[in-house]
Amino acid sequence: MREAAVVSEPHPLQRIPGVAIVLVLLIALFSAIAPGFLSVANLSNVLVQSTILTMLALPMTLIIMTEGLDLSMGAVLTLTSLCVAIVSLATQSMLLGLGAGLLVGAAFGTVNGWLVAILGIPPFVATLGTLGMAQGLSLIVSDGQSVVGIPHSVRDIYSATLLGIPVPIVMALVTYAAFHGLLYHTRFGTYIFALGGNREALRYAGLSPNRLLIAVYAIGGAMAGIAGLLMTARMNSGHPTAGLGLEFDAIAAVAVGGTSFERGNGWLLGTLLGVIAVGVLRNGLNLISMPSSVQVASVGVLVIVALFLDGLRSHA
Amino acid sequence: MTDITKEAIVPSRSLLSQDAVQVFYRLLAALLICAVLAVLSDSFLSLGNILNVLRQASLTFFIASGLTLVVLTAGLDLSVGANVALSACIAGTVIHKTGSPALGILTGIACGGIVGLLNGVMVTALRIPSFIATYGMLWVLNGLTYWYMAGETLHGFPAGFRQIGSGYLFGLPIPVYLLLVFLGIGTLFAQRTIWGQEIYAIGANPVAARLSGIPVARRLLLVYAVSGTMAGLASIIFLSRLNSAEADIGESLTLPAIAAVLIGGTSLFGGVGTVFGTFIGALILTLVLNGMNLLSVSANWQPLVTGIIVILAVWLDMKTRRRAQ
Repeated sequence: MREAAVVSEPHPLQRIPGVAIVLVLLIALFSAIAPGFLSVANLSNVLVQSTILTMLALPMTLIIMTEGLDLSMGAVLTLTSLCVAIVSLATQSMLLGLGAGLLVGAAFGTVNGWLVAILGIPPFVATLGTLGMAQGLSLIVSDGQSVVGIPHSVRDIYSATLLGIPVPIVMALVTYAAFHGLLYHTRFGTYIFALGGNREALRYAGLSPNRLLIAVYAIGGAMAGIAGLLMTARMNSGHPTAGLGLEFDAIAAVAVGGTSFERGNGWLLGTLLGVIAVGVLRNGLNLISMPSSVQVASVGVLVIVALFLDGLRSHA
Repeated sequence: MTDITKEAIVPSRSLLSQDAVQVFYRLLAALLICAVLAVLSDSFLSLGNILNVLRQASLTFFIASGLTLVVLTAGLDLSVGANVALSACIAGTVIHKTGSPALGILTGIACGGIVGLLNGVMVTALRIPSFIATYGMLWVLNGLTYWYMAGETLHGFPAGFRQIGSGYLFGLPIPVYLLLVFLGIGTLFAQRTIWGQEIYAIGANPVAARLSGIPVARRLLLVYAVSGTMAGLASIIFLSRLNSAEADIGESLTLPAIAAVLIGGTSLFGGVGTVFGTFIGALILTLVLNGMNLLSVSANWQPLVTGIIVILAVWLDMKTRRRAQ
């Protein structure tokens, strides 16, 4: 195993219990107290609603593995979602809309990477700054209003099915497979482990850690672009606060999934389970008629508990 | 997070004079912005507008002054804006229920302080990196506030209470007097007390601080509690100024507060900066936003400009530090 050479951590499989226990507990809890939770329709609903978060949480895992963070992801998603809506409305073309979203997202990701890698600004402040910028641009391009009347070709992406499976789930699975291949089966993936674990080694090997770091953040921005398409399709409009706080759900999924914030090791399957755990938590609370504010607060508590447990493990 | 090998603690006297130079540059920048705005806009130099700038700057300063101490320890408190919202809503409810502004003010400040203390516990006892812990707290507070308010708005407070935020004394807004008081207390605390100097030492080199017998965890707890308490105080002034409380009042406060701290020359890497610098930072940011307003730039541009300012400020700080080394 290539990653084992860089990270002296227990095998990733030993971490299954943490996030799996959380997931099983949540499912058991809501099966007991939330009527209709265990129905096929509701569970597939949970999965479809988790797809946007999957697209953010997977690249967030890579970024956190480099001891970084991207607080701008939710705001960038808002902006790309608006770009998709505006461009597809103007051109009546879903692909051009997606292209615009991808471009803007990747541009923001590259700026994030540049600020972190080249200027050396701590990631949480650099991306807090770009959060403000993306939020501002969203307000400016939309003038604070929703963008409505987008073409059916965009809306249909969210509701269509492929071989009986909803298209968003297909997209999320393809994304997962791509990230899994990238992280565990390419050289680039090995370098990502080294970016967090041992940056000096990369330099000695004649590689440019800065360029790799920029690439990691750019991937995050580009994924926010694709997720922006799904968001626009789901809401059938572009809205200037569509992605508010989504980066926090992504960080929650990564933290619950067992990726450590301090040692450059990450686990994609854990993140995927973390995404589902966040989705189940929000859906279950929704079913027992808890307002979305309580959902937000519970996700916050979930993160703090997960990080506390992670801290216990690392100092034990 | 892991870089504990910072440069050695600079003796406080040379630190002060270096800070004085930095503050001087920033004062010049503020004056330059004033000159530009005076040329560009007729109404900038009117008494009403200048008092308005001072009042607005003092609101940003209250939040940013506590935050300065946190940043001096190389930490960050991202929950201040959400803390202001929760504290304002709780204080507003207490005033409405009991009719006593004094009780409301106390509960609001206490609420802020308790939230800050919880942040401190997460950072010291649970050893969660401060920006993640306080970011988690941001969303917990946000959720709590929206749940507590359930879409309601509280408004209409006693006239005496409203004087705090909107009243005048000898021609100056009352928040400006509060600003001077807290600027004095903050500066004295940071520069002239042992606890203040210990906070600088922790930020400059936490390991050396611990080895030289400074109770690091207790000082950190104090710093986060102060940050929360100042957010609680700011919530009272907001409540009194707006004469209403809503769940979303804190959403646009955190980024400007962080911007004020960073423009003011406090380094994100800890150990360098002054409370007075933060005041100048709050003034500069307010002048820029006020100028945009006077030149009829849409308020939609404010987050974009604030974001760019945050990044520029950190970049400048890093450049001057590199040159100094």
